[in-house]
Parts: sequence; structure tokens; C-alpha cells
Amino acid sequence: MTVGNLPFLVVGILFLIGLLAVLREKNMIKIAIGITIIESAVNMLLIVLGYRLGGDVPVHFLKGEVDAMVLPTPQALTLTAIVIALATSALMLSVIMLLYKHYGTLNVDEIRRLRG
Amino acid sequence: MKPLSVVVRTGCDMFAWFMVVFGTYVIIHGDVTPGGGFQGGAVVATFAALLLVAYGGEKVLSWISLDVYNTFLTAGLLLFLLFGFAGMGTSFLYNFLAVPEAVVHAGGGPAVIPPSGTIALMDIAVGLEVAGGLTLIILYMFKGSRLEINSETGGETGHDSW
Amino acid sequence: MAALVVAGMMFGALDSIHPFGEPGDIAMDQYYIDNALEERSSENIVTSIVFDYRAFDTIGEAAVLFTAVCSILALFREGARKQ
Repeated sequence: MTVGNLPFLVVGILFLIGLLAVLREKNMIKIAIGITIIESAVNMLLIVLGYRLGGDVPVHFLKGEVDAMVLPTPQALTLTAIVIALATSALMLSVIMLLYKHYGTLNVDEIRRLRG
Repeated sequence: MKPLSVVVRTGCDMFAWFMVVFGTYVIIHGDVTPGGGFQGGAVVATFAALLLVAYGGEKVLSWISLDVYNTFLTAGLLLFLLFGFAGMGTSFLYNFLAVPEAVVHAGGGPAVIPPSGTIALMDIAVGLEVAGGLTLIILYMFKGSRLEINSETGGETGHDSW
Repeated sequence: MAALVVAGMMFGALDSIHPFGEPGDIAMDQYYIDNALEERSSENIVTSIVFDYRAFDTIGEAAVLFTAVCSILALFREGARKQ
């Protein structure tokens, strides 16, 4: 891992933190937080892929005097991905609220035992 | 939830309507500055969240009627599809109102609709839809949680109950 | 143990995409940067990609948001429940 590739290293570390949270936690809300951390790491990877050294903002209104621009297509795809991540996390939290109302506990092991 | 203290309520009074104006600015200037439909819609939806935190749930649910946001949500999506089908002479989702830059520099072009055509109009439709949708999510999730706390302990006990 | 092997493979894959700052094929993006101002006369290139050159993905995303809001409304209904 060369030091020049530091953004890719940060994306990998964030992904590992989210994956550890999903696999080893027992509280349901912490599992949901881990899933949103994984989604944020993937969005960050999309943006980092499209950087050009010495580039500028891809908006003609705010451009400086530089000629080259950063690639605009990954930024357009990331907009869609952020909205979809928001929709899935809202649905996950609603299902967790209904599970708490039905079983009375937030622990994953006890729900597997109750089955009621 | 009970209303919070006077300091929090005064701070909310100062910033609540400013959020709506700023969100509308970000939506409308979508084809000039960074921003656009989705970002501006999320800023407008923080209006309901700010009111909910400062004033408590019972008062806010008696002030805001949920039918307005339902209308925003459905009208936004239908307007977007309408602009897609309107350019059906060439293809689906064709930008039939765009004016090329050379004509705009020479002095021609339309007066009311911006020369980028359906980009600006679709921006407003998506902004309406996202603002209405996110506000509905916040208010309905709050209604669902309040129902459960009331039935369990017989009254509102505070902020942390588990 | 298996987690360490998977983590090592993931870091190796992330390192070998391309060096940071020099993307490989940029023909499509160069067309967007050069011609978006003349054809569509909008100064924001990202918005013109999202709403005009690739508007079909935006329709899909608006439909996903609409479906998520409708299903949350359906989960939290207060109706008469038959015991």
C-alpha cells in the first residue's frame, strides 16, 4: 500500500469498521448503524475514483483559471446512491421499532429464543 | 415529548423559516450553482425536524396538516413523468425546450423559461417530491413511536425510556 | 483468520485500480465537459448529466423514494385490529 493512495486506504478502513459492527454486535440499532457506515464507505469510493490531479470544480460558474476539470460522471451516480441509502436506512429503523413493540427487547439472541 | 426551554424555542423561531427560504433557493438555482433538486429538498425537510425537536410532538401534529405533504409527494412524481412524455415526438425524456448557447448569446431565446429547458423544470418537480417525502417519513415515524410509549407506561415519562 | 485474508485481498484490490489522480479512460467525460455548455446552455455539468444525459436513472431513483415513503406509511397505520 503506497502512501500516495491514501484515500483508497481510508475507504477500506471504513468498510472494515462497518463490517465488524454488523458481524459482532448484539444490539439491533448498532447493526443498523454498521450498515449505514458500509453504505457511506461505498459512496466515498465512487467519488474518489473520479479525481484528476490539478482539476477544478465541474461547474462553469465557479471555475478558476485552470483548464482541466474533475470527472463529473461519478458525482452524478453518487447522488442517486445517497438517496437510496437514505431510503433503506429509514425502512430498517421502522422495522426495528415494530420489532421492539412486539418482542419487548432489542437483543438479537433473545429474539431468536422467544419466537412468539 | 414536552416542549423544551425558552432558549431552545427562541433559537428555533429564528431559524425555522430561513431554512425553507434557503432550501427553495438551492432548488431553483439548480442549473447554475452546485445543488439541485435532491439537495434542496433535504434542506426544506429540516423545517419539520427542527419544529419537532423544539416544540414537542403534540403541538406540532396539531399545527401541520399531513395532506399538504401528500400532495407535494404525488404531484412531484407525476410532473416528472409528464415532462418525460411531453417530448415524445423524438424520444422519451427528450429535452424539447433547450436553446443552444449560440442562440442565447446572439440575443434570441425564451423570456420566462430558462434556456436550459426541461432541466430546470424537472429540478423543481424533484425538489417538491423529496421535500414532501422526507417530511412524511419524519412525522410518521414520530407518530408510530409515540403510540407505543403511551400504551406501555400509560403516559409520557421523559426522553430516555430504554 | 479468514477475516484477515479477506481484508488483505480487499486492500490489494483497492490499491491496484489506478494510481490516485490519473484515471484511465476519460473519453466519455471529456465529451461531457467540452459540449455540455454549448448544447444545453446550463453551467452546472453535474445537473445536466443527472437530468438530461442520464435522466432514466433519475426516474428509477424517484420511484425508489416514492415506494419507500409509501411502505413506511403502510407500516404505521392505526386501524381497528381484530383480536
